[in-house]
Amino acid sequence: MSGSMEFLLWTKGPMFDIALAIFAIGLFARLAEIFLLGRKPNYAEPRAGEWLPGLRTVFTRTIADPGTFQRASFNVVVGWVWHIGFLIALLLFVPHAELIKGLFGIAWPALPNPVVDLVTAITLIALVATLVHRLTHPVKQRISTIEDYLVWTVVFLVVLTGYLAYHRLVNPYPVALGMHILMAEILLIILPFTKLTHIFTTFIARWYNGAAFGRKGVQS
Amino acid sequence: MPVRKTPDKTLGESLRDHGLSRRGFLKFCAATASMMALPPSMVPVIAAALDAARRPSVIWLSFQECTGCTESLTRSHAPTLEDLILNIISLDYHHTLQAAAGEAAEEARLQAMEDNKGEYLVIVDGSIPGPDSNPGFSTVAGQSNYDILMETVEHAAAVIAVGTCAAFGGLPQANPNPTGARSVMDLVKDKPVINVSGCPPIPMVITGVLTHYLTFGRLPELDAYHRPLAFFGQSIHDRCYRRPFYDRGLFAESFDDEGAKLGWCLYRLGCKGPSTYNACATMKWNDGTSWPIESGHPCLGCSEPSFWDAGGFYEPLSVPITATSGAILAAGALGAVVGGAATVLAKKETKTIVAHRQPVTVEELEDKL
Amino acid sequence: MSELTLERGLAAFRAEIDAPTAAFFSSCVHCGICAQSCPFYLETGDPKYTPILKLEPLRLVWENEFTLWGKLKGLFGLQQKVTDEMLAEWEELLYDSCSMCGRCSLVCPVGNDLAYMIRKSREGMVQSGHAPEGLIAASVRAIQTGSPMGLQWKTLAVQIKHVEDSTGMEVPVDKAGVDYLVLLSSMEIINFPEYLEAIAKIFDHAGVTWTLSTQCFEATNAGIQIGNKDIAAQLVERVVAAAEKLKVANVISPECGHAYTAIRWEGPNLIGRPYPFRVFHIIEVLDELRAAGRIQTEGMESDRLSMHDPCNLARKSGVIQQQRNLMNLVADNFVELKEHGKFQWCCGAGGGVSSNERAEPLKLAAFKRKKAQIEEVAPERMVTMCATCRTQLEEGLEEFNMEIPVVGLTEMIADHLVEKEAREHE
Ligand code: SF4
Ligand code: SF4
Ligand code: SF4
Ligand code: SF4
Repeated sequence: MSGSMEFLLWTKGPMFDIALAIFAIGLFARLAEIFLLGRKPNYAEPRAGEWLPGLRTVFTRTIADPGTFQRASFNVVVGWVWHIGFLIALLLFVPHAELIKGLFGIAWPALPNPVVDLVTAITLIALVATLVHRLTHPVKQRISTIEDYLVWTVVFLVVLTGYLAYHRLVNPYPVALGMHILMAEILLIILPFTKLTHIFTTFIARWYNGAAFGRKGVQS
Repeated sequence: MPVRKTPDKTLGESLRDHGLSRRGFLKFCAATASMMALPPSMVPVIAAALDAARRPSVIWLSFQECTGCTESLTRSHAPTLEDLILNIISLDYHHTLQAAAGEAAEEARLQAMEDNKGEYLVIVDGSIPGPDSNPGFSTVAGQSNYDILMETVEHAAAVIAVGTCAAFGGLPQANPNPTGARSVMDLVKDKPVINVSGCPPIPMVITGVLTHYLTFGRLPELDAYHRPLAFFGQSIHDRCYRRPFYDRGLFAESFDDEGAKLGWCLYRLGCKGPSTYNACATMKWNDGTSWPIESGHPCLGCSEPSFWDAGGFYEPLSVPITATSGAILAAGALGAVVGGAATVLAKKETKTIVAHRQPVTVEELEDKL
Repeated sequence: MSELTLERGLAAFRAEIDAPTAAFFSSCVHCGICAQSCPFYLETGDPKYTPILKLEPLRLVWENEFTLWGKLKGLFGLQQKVTDEMLAEWEELLYDSCSMCGRCSLVCPVGNDLAYMIRKSREGMVQSGHAPEGLIAASVRAIQTGSPMGLQWKTLAVQIKHVEDSTGMEVPVDKAGVDYLVLLSSMEIINFPEYLEAIAKIFDHAGVTWTLSTQCFEATNAGIQIGNKDIAAQLVERVVAAAEKLKVANVISPECGHAYTAIRWEGPNLIGRPYPFRVFHIIEVLDELRAAGRIQTEGMESDRLSMHDPCNLARKSGVIQQQRNLMNLVADNFVELKEHGKFQWCCGAGGGVSSNERAEPLKLAAFKRKKAQIEEVAPERMVTMCATCRTQLEEGLEEFNMEIPVVGLTEMIADHLVEKEAREHE
């Protein structure tokens, strides 16, 4: 059977399980790959501890320093907008909050749908802006790989299908919802094997950075 | 009991014979038109068509079912069951409603088939153990459901699968489907099949489909699941009177909280309305009295395939069906082991490399100058 | 006779990959923001100088050999391998166009410590025979003569004599048990002999006991600049041996940023054990003396002064406030460059760029960032505390016909010391 409902149930059932398994296996493998490499002992007399500066950098690096902000305002602002938009839609949309509650048993208040709707629209626009920037800025042109465009496409489609499903712009609805779930699953599957890993590893990277600089007495 | 032949009277004659006034008849036509979302200008057309129509012979087959669909049918109010049986169709075989029993009943079915070859309608409720299943799972007069179905539909004009069991397999087909239950659509490939799904289906939808057939002499327009678009064209969610609350993000979070009392949206309580196509929200139940969501209960999605296996009735639509946090953790642990092993191997390799790392000497550097 | 080969280079890359490196490469999102922090990209506009791109060889080794995904790719023959040609191409990116200023490490939004990985990449470059000639020559000279510039003790001895003559003070040499062993940099000895005189005066003034060592006077470490642990460790061992022999508790790194990070942060790890002494930059020592009230100054510089923080000292070692305390002691018209301290801009000469003649045009290009910063506040003189920076500032400013003299902070402090006799009279 290949009706719309079967498709939706497939994405909510077996496909979700598969995606989550690949995601969990891939992510933990990646994390193990990182941590097991370890660091060499550092014999230089430290100026300060590592933990606190490391943790501080985990947070402070979220905000660009004023000079960088000035030099790369578009890049920084657009990046910010879509990351925040994505996070709001991901975590504060009622169906998503219910999903997380259903899966992990942790719940938090969600935002009214029209707010999430607006945020999603802004996110979509910001995502398009990042693509334009990637295609036109000489540095980004030079360093971008197929992976960058693949990841962009998947992220964009996740948001777009979500938007279409919410507005019921694709019929029948189970197809719309199923597409959205499927895109999210594809995102989960590629996450551990692409730069999307940064969702998790950026905190590790920032910690190492903050620790290394903090040890030398600089808050990075 | 003598076998009743399909009467030669037209539907109009029959109705008049039963004392239905012209006004009453037109009222019935108007109700039918509105039910099928036809413009009022169609009322005279319907009236004329019904007036001249011959009552079709209908054979109703019940397989693995709970009689809920028949129960539902008996609560049809426009047209009423009496109207339907006595006037509109000639119900020649129906376990629950016919007077005949035993061999006489089966005889009636065969006779009706014989007399109305190629013209009779077959209505099925309940799912059927497939051809590969043990035929003994469900039999009538010692004959397997599958055989009866295939024998009966062979010369039928069309088949109407009433209820989700007949339309999509329903409860009998739910995991693990011990009887190998199949839907009519799965088994009958060479006849038009109309699905009137729902557990049970809305009675007026059953009668509405029959009326449509009589009026226009053909089957109504169907969706991808062979359901008449007139009744299944819109989702519950799209016509739900609680929708404004959904749009504003106001949700009941338990069955007795403030939101529930204020009639807010039932999404978080598991409402499957967004993905369910049925007419409950517009036609309501019990003579238009109310419908499940109006009475404060989320839609279960009963008119959709596999609704028994589509996750908990009280789990929101967005919650995955089978995944659990335990399973995720297990997968994660496996990943850690795999990744860990790979890294340990890589590291071991690196250690040997480092151990054999050749120190750079000044001579080597000088060589480069 | 052994040779530097691609295989050895790859092995060196492998040996460098650790948890931070893996976390960094896993996290890069190709946002390109690091380019906005690199003077070499900003002043040339050539995207190949984007910091993360400079790390491609190391990244490929990591991906191919340290990730499950990379190994899977390998099974299907989809890996991009690091080749000798690639490394040859990257030599310019990893040496000529990077002063290891560490600014990118402070700016990358995902927290990648790029400079840390540049340092690591150079290990592979040396082992594969792709280091620039200038740096190779400096390393060879450092090992063979004790100085990357081939300077001998006898040259220094002449200077010592000169300082002793002009100040009437004794410059202590090979004195055991003193407070501080003072190291120098060859660049300083050649270009800025004033420095030695300045510390002689200040230490005499503050009553600090110190010494030079004939066994080892050079603080810089060409091994670190070129990026080779073996050479670097040998050079560090010389300092340790000298300090141990003279039984000093403290070693002072001169006005040279690179020498300070080399001996302060990398040294102990190169030799694989903690030092039996502590290491300070001269500016740290001076500020401590100031705080303890052991430095009495008189008079103030009244012209408009601004200051260049050496990357190695400020961003990479956390010496930021000290030089400002000292400035305020002797200057009353001190203006900060707009981005300073940990966010200062590199002068363009660090990380071995100044020892790499081939990189001359890039070095000058990168300087334009500093030049613009200086123009913005239009000081009458610049103050700094690193001989390499100072040389670069002087040459650069001259190149652009800007008449802004550059002074060393230590000398400036020495110039304002209250005369010993005057103090005694009080
Ligand atoms: S109660 Fe159900 S059908 Fe009605 S708006 Fe809410 S989710 Fe939709
Ligand atoms: S509201 Fe939903 S579950 Fe209830 S009868 Fe209608 S379609 Fe079925
Ligand atoms: S360390 Fe400095 S010079 Fe090197 S890449 Fe980073 S910003 Fe550029
Ligand atoms: S700033 Fe960081 S994340 Fe962005 S391209 Fe550079 S290294 Fe990658």
